Amino acid sequence: MFKIVLKEELAPKIKLFKVLAPEIARKARPGQFIILRIDEEGERIPLTIANFDADAGTITIIFQEVGKTTDLLGLMEQGDFLLDFVGPLGMESEIENYGTVVCIGGGVGVAPVFPIARALKEAGNTVISIIGARNSEMLIWKQEMSGISSKLHVTTDDGSAGEKGFVSDVLAEILSQTSVDRIIAIGPVPMMEAVCRVAPKNITTMVSLNTIMVDGTGMCGACRVEVNSETKFACVDGPEFDGHQVNWEIVKMRANMFINEEKIALSHKCGEGECQCHRKNEK
Amino acid sequence: MSQEKRKIIPKKHPMPHQEAKVRSTNFEEVALGYSEETAILEANRCIQCKNTPCIDGCPVGIDIPAFIKMIAEKDFTGAIGKIKEKNNLPAICGRVCPQENQCEKLCTLGKKNEPVAIGRLERYVADWELAKGTESVKIPETNGKKVAIVGSGPSGLTAAANLAGLGYKVSVLEALHVAGGVLVYGIPEFRLPKAIVQKEIDNIAALGVEIKTNYVVGKLSSVDELMQEGYDAVYIGTGAGLPSFMNIPGENLNGVYSANEFLTRNNLMKAYRFPEYQTPIRVGKRVAVIGGGNVAMDAARTALRLGAESYIIYRRSFEEMPARLEEMEHAKEEGVNFELLTSPIEIKGNEEGRVVSIVCQRYELGEPDESGRRRPVPIKGSEYEIPIDTVVMSIGQGPNPLVQQTTPDLETNKWGNIVADECGRTSKPGVFAGGDIVTGAATVILAMGAGKKAAEAIHEYLQG
Ligand SMILES: Cc1cc2nc3c(=O)[nH]c(=O)nc-3n(C[C@H](O)[C@H](O)[C@H](O)COP(=O)(O)OP(=O)(O)OC[C@H]3O[C@@H](n4cnc5c(N)ncnc54)[C@H](O)[C@@H]3O)c2cc1C
Ligand SMILES: Cc1cc2nc3c(=O)[nH]c(=O)nc-3n(C[C@H](O)[C@H](O)[C@H](O)COP(=O)(O)OP(=O)(O)OC[C@H]3O[C@@H](n4cnc5c(N)ncnc54)[C@H](O)[C@@H]3O)c2cc1C
Ligand code: SF4
Ligand code: SF4
Ligand code: FES
Repeated sequence: MFKIVLKEELAPKIKLFKVLAPEIARKARPGQFIILRIDEEGERIPLTIANFDADAGTITIIFQEVGKTTDLLGLMEQGDFLLDFVGPLGMESEIENYGTVVCIGGGVGVAPVFPIARALKEAGNTVISIIGARNSEMLIWKQEMSGISSKLHVTTDDGSAGEKGFVSDVLAEILSQTSVDRIIAIGPVPMMEAVCRVAPKNITTMVSLNTIMVDGTGMCGACRVEVNSETKFACVDGPEFDGHQVNWEIVKMRANMFINEEKIALSHKCGEGECQCHRKNEK
Repeated sequence: MSQEKRKIIPKKHPMPHQEAKVRSTNFEEVALGYSEETAILEANRCIQCKNTPCIDGCPVGIDIPAFIKMIAEKDFTGAIGKIKEKNNLPAICGRVCPQENQCEKLCTLGKKNEPVAIGRLERYVADWELAKGTESVKIPETNGKKVAIVGSGPSGLTAAANLAGLGYKVSVLEALHVAGGVLVYGIPEFRLPKAIVQKEIDNIAALGVEIKTNYVVGKLSSVDELMQEGYDAVYIGTGAGLPSFMNIPGENLNGVYSANEFLTRNNLMKAYRFPEYQTPIRVGKRVAVIGGGNVAMDAARTALRLGAESYIIYRRSFEEMPARLEEMEHAKEEGVNFELLTSPIEIKGNEEGRVVSIVCQRYELGEPDESGRRRPVPIKGSEYEIPIDTVVMSIGQGPNPLVQQTTPDLETNKWGNIVADECGRTSKPGVFAGGDIVTGAATVILAMGAGKKAAEAIHEYLQG
């Protein structure tokens, strides 16, 4: 059992937990993720490690409530326990001194970009950051990102904070003025795809693919993606890949695999309507 | 009854089953188990051969005539004790061993009639003990040495139990949230109830074995780090869990699963009870399972139970199928359709990326290949299309790679399996390996046999 030692609401439907998991906190690296399960009936869901503190033994996760499991997670309180919490999974981000790196976070994707940007800065890079959200209310971790960036750009779709527009617009501007050696972009798939369209093919543009996952250890293949025309498993070969090599059509298509079932899960309330759960249990 | 006067009963006593029509709609166990009376009658069929050929067929060498004699004499406590001298997971082996290729294959009675139902008798006494509850076991005195077991499949569990019995402090480290390996994530409830697996695991934990779930070796700690953390030896039993795909067009469409994903969603995550359990599974109306092994049978029979029409597509004929005979028969009875001498060449999808059909090609059997089985050759121009909603790829699994990737001085072969000798010794001192990670996908009992041999080798290494 893994204790939630801190809960914070960062924005509407975006929450932060610090979870006590000392063994994972000791080993976690930027770019890696955990898989958690709330309770016996729960689904296993992947969330990026947004921060880690080996001394306090905690892992920070930030999640957006988008469906059944993240909604239930949002209802949990400080002091509650998660049944399962496994990690650190996936490959760590490649961190070297590349020169100038643009780090882009969209929506809840700002959280996973943060530890990568911090590590890149520590490795000697000039870090230019762009963070974006739908509106000012949905913008998270501006302060954290500004602390580690030599320059921070903010965009919102409606202009309620920073510049009005998309992160990819700002990227295009930066690219026209500055020589950039590497780009990191994490956020919704359309955002990452847009970034890859703007970024020239000769600049490595790392994206983190949030595919559907089950085990996270390379055993099931649910997370498969096509990179450079080869099938890869996001959980063990990734989750980061060079976005220029990713087949985005497959990423978008596979995200819809369980779209109907997700609706059923969300509307399902035990004991109501057609629900058979408890009748089954009585048997 | 003396040997001379005994009338020969040519056939095994039949196993009571859930009726095919009923069972194909539920996930409860298919084979219900012998009653005490039937078990004793079946035990009396054994003629207690002096040369004990059956024992040679059992990879762990259970004294089969001895335990069967005890059943005949109604000494069930003695019988289960006899089995457990060699096998820590009898309720599991009695259910899933391919007996027709092992102990029962060599049974003297089998020459003219049906062999003694050794597996069913093993299951009977194991279930008898589980129902009654085991007496509290004495935890052996510890010898102060620590061993880490990586992976909690049958191989790791057997090594753990044997080492605990010798006084080692044993920790089993398992990546998933429950222990059992394929026994819990792969083999379905209707063939091997998870409550039975859990009881067997509880018995092993009762020996003082610590079971740490949610522990991915290679990520949380590497093998070298485990040794630095104070383990005197490490046993790797990480299994063959890496799914293979065929590399045909359309394999990444929505509705194509690896057998591992399909079975894991159902067994480990209980998707068949969705939405009470929150992990979803989609099957649609028609499911095609590609392959002919136990894994394929399990997937096809699971698909039936989820309400779909189910097809096995296999490129050889019935005779060459590697699945257990009983499972193939059960699948047929339940209404699984077999498309034999057939192999898919393409999966087609609609504009949303969902599977709509599978294009197959017919095969004929040619000359025997290295394995002695006749090689299937495609028939030109025989392509045809079947409308299908779901495809389950069940064409084999490779070794789980995480441990090898993070242990550079561990020798592996060209498929990535860990190289180990017959006692489980690897190229790295203090590190042992066995089960599917060494042999490639095999059987429960062979994985157990490897775990047991390795436990002896580890004991020798640490005491020597
Ligand atoms: C490596 C990795 C890291 C991730 N890190 C984070 C993170 O730090 N913060 C965060 O909020 N989310 C993250 N995600 C996404 C998160 O796992 C999903 O939001 C979650 O599984 C949704 O579960 P649900 O039951 O609440 O919603 P569901 O009912 O399963 O889905 C609701 C909606 O979300 C979409 N969806 C479903 N699964 C995923 C998924 N795996 N990724 C993206 N969209 C999905 C569906 O298409 C649907 O539109 C990450 C995913 C991966 C693979
Ligand atoms: C669907 C299916 C049906 C089968 N039916 C039969 C049958 O009827 N009869 C029969 O005899 N055999 C059957 N088999 C084969 C049999 O189950 C296997 O041969 C046997 O389970 C192998 O045991 P093992 O201990 O080597 O590995 P596994 O059972 O595969 O266990 C390995 C364990 O190691 C864990 N692991 C992997 N990597 C790591 C890591 N890095 N850190 C920590 N843990 C890790 C895995 O999660 C897993 O739990 C079947 C297999 C399948 C898939
Ligand atoms: S363990 Fe398997 S092979 Fe050995 S006696 Fe039992 S059923 Fe037969
Ligand atoms: S070979 Fe068959 S009949 Fe002979 S001892 Fe073994 S089980 Fe009994
Ligand atoms: S999540 Fe199962 S292989 Fe990646």
